[in-house]
Amino acid sequence: MEWQMKNMRPGFGEALVELGQRYHNVVALNADLSCSTTTVMFDRAYPERFFNVGVAEQNLMGISAGLAATGKIVFASTFAMFATGRAYDQIRQSIAYPKLNVKIVATHAGITVGGDGASHQMHEDLALMRVLPHMTVIAPADYWETKKAVLKVAEVPGPCYIRTARTDTPLIYDEDYRFKIGIADTLRDGEDVTIIATGLMVVKALEAAEELKELGISARVVNMSTIKPIDKNTIIKAARETGAIVTAEEHNMIVGMGSAVTEVLTDHEPVPQRRVGIPDVFGESGESEELMEAYGLTVENIVENVKIAVEMKR
Amino acid sequence: MPLERMDYWLDIDSSLEELSGIAREARRWIVRMTHEAGSGHPGGSLSIVEILTALYFRVMKHDPENPHWEERDRMVLSKGHGAPGLYALLALSGYFDPEELLTLRKLGSRLQGHPSMNKTPGVDMSTGSLGQGLSIAIGMALGSRLDRKDNRIYCILGDGECQEGQIWEAAMAATHFKVDNLCAILDRNQLQIDGPTEKIMSLEPVVPKFKAFGWHVIELNGHDLKELLRAFHEAETYKGKPTMIIANTVKGKGVSFMEGALKFHGKTPGKEELEQALRELGGDV
Repeated sequence: MEWQMKNMRPGFGEALVELGQRYHNVVALNADLSCSTTTVMFDRAYPERFFNVGVAEQNLMGISAGLAATGKIVFASTFAMFATGRAYDQIRQSIAYPKLNVKIVATHAGITVGGDGASHQMHEDLALMRVLPHMTVIAPADYWETKKAVLKVAEVPGPCYIRTARTDTPLIYDEDYRFKIGIADTLRDGEDVTIIATGLMVVKALEAAEELKELGISARVVNMSTIKPIDKNTIIKAARETGAIVTAEEHNMIVGMGSAVTEVLTDHEPVPQRRVGIPDVFGESGESEELMEAYGLTVENIVENVKIAVEMKR
Repeated sequence: MPLERMDYWLDIDSSLEELSGIAREARRWIVRMTHEAGSGHPGGSLSIVEILTALYFRVMKHDPENPHWEERDRMVLSKGHGAPGLYALLALSGYFDPEELLTLRKLGSRLQGHPSMNKTPGVDMSTGSLGQGLSIAIGMALGSRLDRKDNRIYCILGDGECQEGQIWEAAMAATHFKVDNLCAILDRNQLQIDGPTEKIMSLEPVVPKFKAFGWHVIELNGHDLKELLRAFHEAETYKGKPTMIIANTVKGKGVSFMEGALKFHGKTPGKEELEQALRELGGDV
């Protein structure tokens, strides 16, 4: 399949500037990565409402919490590794527990960070954020979904985590796309199996469905961009109507989106499920696509798992 | 409580008798509530009583009838384990009935072991995990400045807490952002759970440290209400820099057997200890 490529991150930066115009109480913070995270766009437009705290992620989250306590809609941004790993306790104690209106928009999530290697490849962020009470967790699939998600979360008070990627990604959506928090988007209907994907794996799921069609398997494809609160209805419906689920995510297979789906299936509609994700290992340096190949984040791996899941139905 | 900031500095001496009485009453509640709870931190609550009394009864603009009043001054108790001290002053200020203090740490109580802003009226920020409050206070100070409000932000730090790296990230940021509407108070009681701060991980020389980070620093006796009121007024009028008040205090202050006693960092008084403490603090046992 041919895809037009576009980076997700400017979707964040552009949405932030729009929000700055729409709401006088939107502020943005950054920890010395304003170009990489694209928050520099907000700095240029509204310098008095932009705060760069330097290389100090704990302080980033604390100052964000304090600003939120005074009624600001706060966007705090840095790489996923430093946002959720370095400052986990600050997010837990000072943002999630007091339920403050801080939107953490992280960039450079996942193995596709590439050359920087394991120290910068964050495969645990969805897990860390989704176990926090009060936290909304979103992993957009492309530029448009990033932009729409950032615009949408500003309307809903409370803590939120959005993860985006460093690398350019295929465009799945267009300007007319309407993102809804907690509602999964069914991109393709099917009867034999449902592939539930998130982030960069959504496009792989669509390509897998195309290949599966050739093999006579009709696969539904769901973009589960909100990891929390997870869209139970769509999962249960898919389980009932297609009888088997395959999840795909650029995240550790432990406690990510796939596990969130398992939790829903276990409680409501147990059906065979297979999970595609990064095995429980640290990454390494390489090109984004090479790494996805090396760690099993491929169309082929989804197809293989679908075959197994469909077999398990019998 | 007045809704405007008080002009307490015009005649500080006239406040001292009333404030001393409130501080003694707060201490009585601290030993009673921690005894009742059976766990908690009396030592570091007793050391901040005068600081809190000066803030809630003279210095801060706040309204116990309207805890979420947007124009209020705010107080972040970064050393969240001093919660019994904060709760005592909030109750005596009128945020809730002092009898409720005896529900501290009990299931279903609004008075959590560490401050929770969504549970307790008057608590401006949830704290407990050390080292985070100063950053939050900076955020509040920046928010107030963006809104062109004249309200002030206060933050009480523990000395052991200053071993957390985030305190120094914040110490750097406060002067970088020139938040002169922020006044931090360091409760320098010299003790942390495992022993004297200077033995565990030395903090000295603490005054030059904060000066080097660009703060306006005032060192004083943290139990002297007159010195405290003067310093808070000086901080209000000092422009261009945040103020750090290094308040030399005594852990367990006011109860002879708790003063400077390491074990009362995290241990509460038993029945006989409670009775002795109340006798020392005057009034009914």
